[in-house]
Amino acid sequence: MTTDATAPSAQTSSEPPTLVRFLQADGSFAPSPAAEPYLELVEGLADADLEQFYRDMAVIRAFDVQATNLQRQGQLALWPPSYGQEAAQVGSARAARAQDHLFPSYREHVVTRIRGVDPIDIIRLMRGLTHGGWNPFDPKNGNTHIYTLVLGAQTLHATGFGMGLTLDGRCGTGDPERDEAVIVYYGDGASSQGDVHEAMVFANSYRTPEVFFLQNNQWAISVPVSTQSRSPLYKRGEGYGMPSIPIDGNDVLASWAVTRTALDEARAGQGPRAIEAMTYRLGAHTTSDDPTKYRTSDEEESWRRRDPIARMRAYLLARGASEAFFADVEAESQALADDTRTRTNALGGLEADSMFAHVYSEAHPLIDEQRRWLADYEVSFAGGAS
Amino acid sequence: MPFSRAINAGLRAAMAASDRVLLMGEDIGKLGGVFRVTEGLVAEFGDRRVLDTPLAESGIVGTAIGLAMAGFRPVVEIQFDGFVFPAFDQITAQLAKITNRHEGAVQMPVVIRIPYGGHIGAVEHHQESPEAYFTHTAGLRVVSPSTPNDGYWMIQDAIASADPVIFLEPKSKYWQKGEVDTSARALPLHASRVVRRGTDVTLVGHGAMVTTLLQAASIAESEGTSCEVVDLRSLSPVDYGPILDSVRRTGRMVYAQEAPGFTSLGSEVAATVMEKAFYALEAPVLRVSGFDTPFPAAKLEGAYLPDADRVLEAVDRALAY
Ligand SMILES: Cc1ncc(C[n+]2csc(CCOP(=O)(O)OP(=O)(O)O)c2C)c(N)n1
Repeated sequence: MTTDATAPSAQTSSEPPTLVRFLQADGSFAPSPAAEPYLELVEGLADADLEQFYRDMAVIRAFDVQATNLQRQGQLALWPPSYGQEAAQVGSARAARAQDHLFPSYREHVVTRIRGVDPIDIIRLMRGLTHGGWNPFDPKNGNTHIYTLVLGAQTLHATGFGMGLTLDGRCGTGDPERDEAVIVYYGDGASSQGDVHEAMVFANSYRTPEVFFLQNNQWAISVPVSTQSRSPLYKRGEGYGMPSIPIDGNDVLASWAVTRTALDEARAGQGPRAIEAMTYRLGAHTTSDDPTKYRTSDEEESWRRRDPIARMRAYLLARGASEAFFADVEAESQALADDTRTRTNALGGLEADSMFAHVYSEAHPLIDEQRRWLADYEVSFAGGAS
Repeated sequence: MPFSRAINAGLRAAMAASDRVLLMGEDIGKLGGVFRVTEGLVAEFGDRRVLDTPLAESGIVGTAIGLAMAGFRPVVEIQFDGFVFPAFDQITAQLAKITNRHEGAVQMPVVIRIPYGGHIGAVEHHQESPEAYFTHTAGLRVVSPSTPNDGYWMIQDAIASADPVIFLEPKSKYWQKGEVDTSARALPLHASRVVRRGTDVTLVGHGAMVTTLLQAASIAESEGTSCEVVDLRSLSPVDYGPILDSVRRTGRMVYAQEAPGFTSLGSEVAATVMEKAFYALEAPVLRVSGFDTPFPAAKLEGAYLPDADRVLEAVDRALAY
């Protein structure tokens, strides 16, 4: 590698001229030229919508901080913080319609919450009680698929799912209430994986109703985005034949408006789209990581000044949001954090027998035999002991 | 009917029975696959049921997983055994584990057809025996038909399975003819089968090796030794019933395979037979394998692949105990 791989990447400082942004870092509403086509959409948002965006972001941050603490106290095996990426996630998830299908990676805590997944299901995964934890097809989970820890693998699953929607005529019928689309989340590091490239090839070959939502949080653990790509990542989408749009990922309005448009187009049968959300992971990669080893506090500070939640708060305040509203969000955040702690502490263990469940859908003699063996083995201790 | 046509007929029957069955792979449409196993199916079912995919194995298997999530039953063709490895992650880390990670809520009725094994004198990466990689992975079922009748029925059973099935087609058998009884299924997908009765030594194997075992058995017979031959059919799970019954009668067993012997299917079957039928054994279970080398250049495959003589040499050793 060249030596500047350790320096902050070029992309963290300069930004594409075409970046879609509505809110400046100080919360002032000043759409960039690239935001113009989406202006009407954003102006159509009601105060209640805007307040919901803020509420989603603030509440999940409290959950995220609590989960990080729980990990530090040994309650969880690992925690991947979403701190700093709330706007990209909330805007895109709120842009999806009820009938859409979401394929997260492993950091999209607020995406899953917006769709109805119980946050304790993520906790159970990170505590080592499950390898998934929820059923995407249970209506309460809003068609949200489970986390995937192998980078990029889910982009192919999402694409195959989108192929299925096309084959079944579940998109492009002209009825936006019924048409379905897929959105898949992945990171700047994952964008180097072959699976992501193959997913883009398949998606464009079969014109899947799909949005590739890349959260460029500037770092893949300790490796800067410049090591993944020397050209802006959104440009890759163009090479595969799909419109690709870079957005300010710390502006929830940009994330919402561009994703809403891309999903509408995908649902209508116009094929896949890509979005690159420029954002920043303000926390550690996971609780096993020490960001001070690879990035400067100056860089972190410069992104902290672009915090998505502070930005939205300033905007709402300027629009006259009430003190009562912010107090209510604060109370909800506290309640979720407390509830998470209580429920985490109450999580039980696992029966060893559960290891043999669902290895196969149909009966399997080897598994059945080993299940019986373990049961007999355990019983053999019960007799002699105590 | 030739083996390749029998699988073709089985695919056709499964596609006719359910419009959720899709075929995916490289060159499987107009060309009908490089071994012509899917010949004619795109004309019959259209290019929405028979997908000529981009040239990307991980992409093929990964999107098949998504299609299964969307309620389809994809049947994937990997063009040659040596090209399955780009899809290895999607098969072993994804496909095999998805049902388990969803606690049973999501099933993976995906079939991956792979032409495998030697005996056709092909160039590099076109003759491999990768079965142990897959049998080692929980969550996958692995089967290998060795006759046209099994090809016809087992592909339909594999497609009907709610679990992912690695369907290994011994490529040297594609042109071999045999009776196909389309009126009745002979055996369930995971049953092993005694294909020749005998009393002195049990010979076990799968795929193309079954032919070699039958040859060895008939030579042995002319020399006064009676061999029983068992076709494994299912590599995971293994149906031990007929094997153990046989070993309890003969007291001797030889397992033959094309794959390298180290940590192979033959090692597993041998160990299990020794655990379960120890007191019936007159001799250790012996393995005849390919060598622990890369599959050699075609001119050497005759030296690499176990033939009837190498099987008979093991039979003699077993009898000498
Ligand atoms: C295939 C694969 N290789 C390596 C890893 C280990 N790993 C986990 S996260 C990560 C960095 C991912 O960075 P990025 O895609 O940018 O996503 P982010 O974590 O920043 O959200 C690595 C290397 C993995 N999970 N999967």
